Amino acid sequence: MNLLLIAILLALMAVGYRLGTRRSRRVSTERKERLHSLPQHYGTLVALWCGIPAFIVLVLWMATQSGYLESVALSELPAAVQTADEGTKLSAVTRVMAIADGTGVVGEVSAEEQAAADAVAQARLIRTLAAVALAAALAIGGFLFTLRRITPKLQARDQIEFVVKALLFVSSLIAILTTVGIVLSMLTEAIRFFSFVSPIDFFFGTEWRPTFSSTGAGGAGEYGLLPLLLGTLLVSVIAMLVAIPVGLMTAIYLANYASPRLRATAKPIIEILAGIPTIVYGFFALVTVGPALHGLGETLGIDISATSALTAGLVMGIMIIPFISSIADDIITQVPRSLRDGSLGLGATKSETIRKVILPAALPGIVGAFLLAVSRAIGETMIVVLAAGNSPVLQGNPLEAVSTVTVTIVNQLTGDTDFASPQSLVAFALGLTLFVMTLALNVVALYIVRKYREQYD
Amino acid sequence: MDQPASPPTKMGVSVTSRATEGSAAAAPVKVSAQNVDVFYGEKHAIKGVSINIPERSVTAFIGPSGCGKSTFLRCINRMNDLIEGCRVTGRILLDDDDINDRSVDVVLLRARVGMVFQKPNPFPKSIYDNVAYGPKIHGLARTRAEMDAIVEQSLRKAALWDEVKDRLKEPGTGLSGGQQQRLCIARAIAVSPEVILMDEPCSALDPIATARIEELIDELRQNYTIIIVTHSMQQAARVSQQTAFFHLGNLVETGSTEFMFTNPHDQRTQDYITGRFG
Repeated sequence: MNLLLIAILLALMAVGYRLGTRRSRRVSTERKERLHSLPQHYGTLVALWCGIPAFIVLVLWMATQSGYLESVALSELPAAVQTADEGTKLSAVTRVMAIADGTGVVGEVSAEEQAAADAVAQARLIRTLAAVALAAALAIGGFLFTLRRITPKLQARDQIEFVVKALLFVSSLIAILTTVGIVLSMLTEAIRFFSFVSPIDFFFGTEWRPTFSSTGAGGAGEYGLLPLLLGTLLVSVIAMLVAIPVGLMTAIYLANYASPRLRATAKPIIEILAGIPTIVYGFFALVTVGPALHGLGETLGIDISATSALTAGLVMGIMIIPFISSIADDIITQVPRSLRDGSLGLGATKSETIRKVILPAALPGIVGAFLLAVSRAIGETMIVVLAAGNSPVLQGNPLEAVSTVTVTIVNQLTGDTDFASPQSLVAFALGLTLFVMTLALNVVALYIVRKYREQYD
Repeated sequence: MDQPASPPTKMGVSVTSRATEGSAAAAPVKVSAQNVDVFYGEKHAIKGVSINIPERSVTAFIGPSGCGKSTFLRCINRMNDLIEGCRVTGRILLDDDDINDRSVDVVLLRARVGMVFQKPNPFPKSIYDNVAYGPKIHGLARTRAEMDAIVEQSLRKAALWDEVKDRLKEPGTGLSGGQQQRLCIARAIAVSPEVILMDEPCSALDPIATARIEELIDELRQNYTIIIVTHSMQQAARVSQQTAFFHLGNLVETGSTEFMFTNPHDQRTQDYITGRFG
């Protein structure tokens, strides 16, 4: 139904384009005047005026339809239901909607429900007809109106430019609004959480025992962030210790030593590493790396848990290598050739040139790459879920199991949860903390990268 | 120096003698190229060039764009090694040693044959560190005081000392274009090279900065063998004692600057310096 409407609208737009193009040519010949814009511009203008208003109406209609019908259903239900709690209201409305759709429900359909369902069906029909009629009127009206407006003086090109600008603006608005929406929802849920647990206990608490509250007499359990934060830091530091040296040296090799052919082959292969799903890495850590490390520990006489900060960090580091090597490679290649030649011309060797001229010149950008990689490591989830051991205890031994912020969010939100309890609300507070941390890192990274750019343009 | 080359006003005088037989032939030869060919992949960029460059004087390479003068210059300290697919044949002797010989360490060669580039390219470091870069790499100074002395001397020789002595710790990239180019000259001098190659060193500078660099080149020739590539015939006439004219990868003619600008032997040289093509 909806698809059909859109198809009709598109067909109408195509016709509008053809007619607009043709009419503009004819008008120009009749009046012996040069057109302000190209004939295609006039055609496009007709198509846009025909399509956009109708399209907006259709979208608004589709977006508000179910909400409107539910409110109709609720208002038709007995007063007892309307004053009941949210859960009861929701299930009653869902039943009515199902009856109206004809999908069938469990149990007897009461007379009130049937009446409400009939009202809903009727409301849906009227609203649909109204929306389609309005859209059709707008489409045809816009079509005819614009077609008649076509004169050689009409500045079709400029109007199309305006539409393009508006389109681009709306696109960027979507990304921004989504970010704002996510932050706001996290913020409100986190504030709800803080009505159960004081922020001081959350941010500075050293114990993490959220499950105790379910048994408890009003006690909310312990929600100390520090053990999780320490776990996150531990895993991230290990990951960076692996990724920074390997990634950076890879980048130096690719940018300065590798032959063009090798570079053209090696770079995509390294970048494939970044395309491996993180769950596969996690699996790899759990099944291969963890037991291997445990075995290594046994031969060395050290006790290494199979799932530990070390296992997770090591594998995460490998995952991040292409991140660092790819960005650092781009930045190193951007260092002006004249600097390289200047240094080599003074009799410096290749590695002296890299260490003393190229890396210092590229350093700000490389630091930016590091920070982006760190924020990636902090937010990484699947590897740690599988390989870090999930043990939220405040301890700094990387050979033992740890838990991280991301893993805890997963734990708190999966399974049978009540979204009004602190046990699941804490996930939002944790999420917000993570968000603020990665945001800060990204801001610093972008600032550094931008400063670097200014130096060479 | 005491006898500045004539400006290109006396041109058109009849060709009487071979320009190569000019006065400069008496000085000992520092760099000698014998039958040098350069290929970029398939392209034959330099065709059988042979030239002798006398010690402690300025030799200018002139010629229209793409004639191979920069390419040939870059052969002398083997900067062409850095270019993918570039092949050099023939012999280039520096004090009778073949620079392309297997036994020659290119790093040491470049310490003996310094280079100043077309665009000033100071490192993003302090003025002091820019000059100290070469001496540090080659271990020319054992103490801090020795290094200070090298830096000061080099900056003095490059006629930059008075302008920067109070701000040696400031970044070299903060200097003006002409100052940056003199800093690059100081940087090249600091490793005590014997030959300094200059690849259009003034093309990115204004006339005043150009005049200062030309003055400097004139002073430097007392201690160094200088080879300069230039697009400006006036510049070649002002600063050089010998001139070599390149055209389409060939070395057309070489000789003392005075002879080249007054009595060129070859018609192409004549046409170029009188501005008939180029």
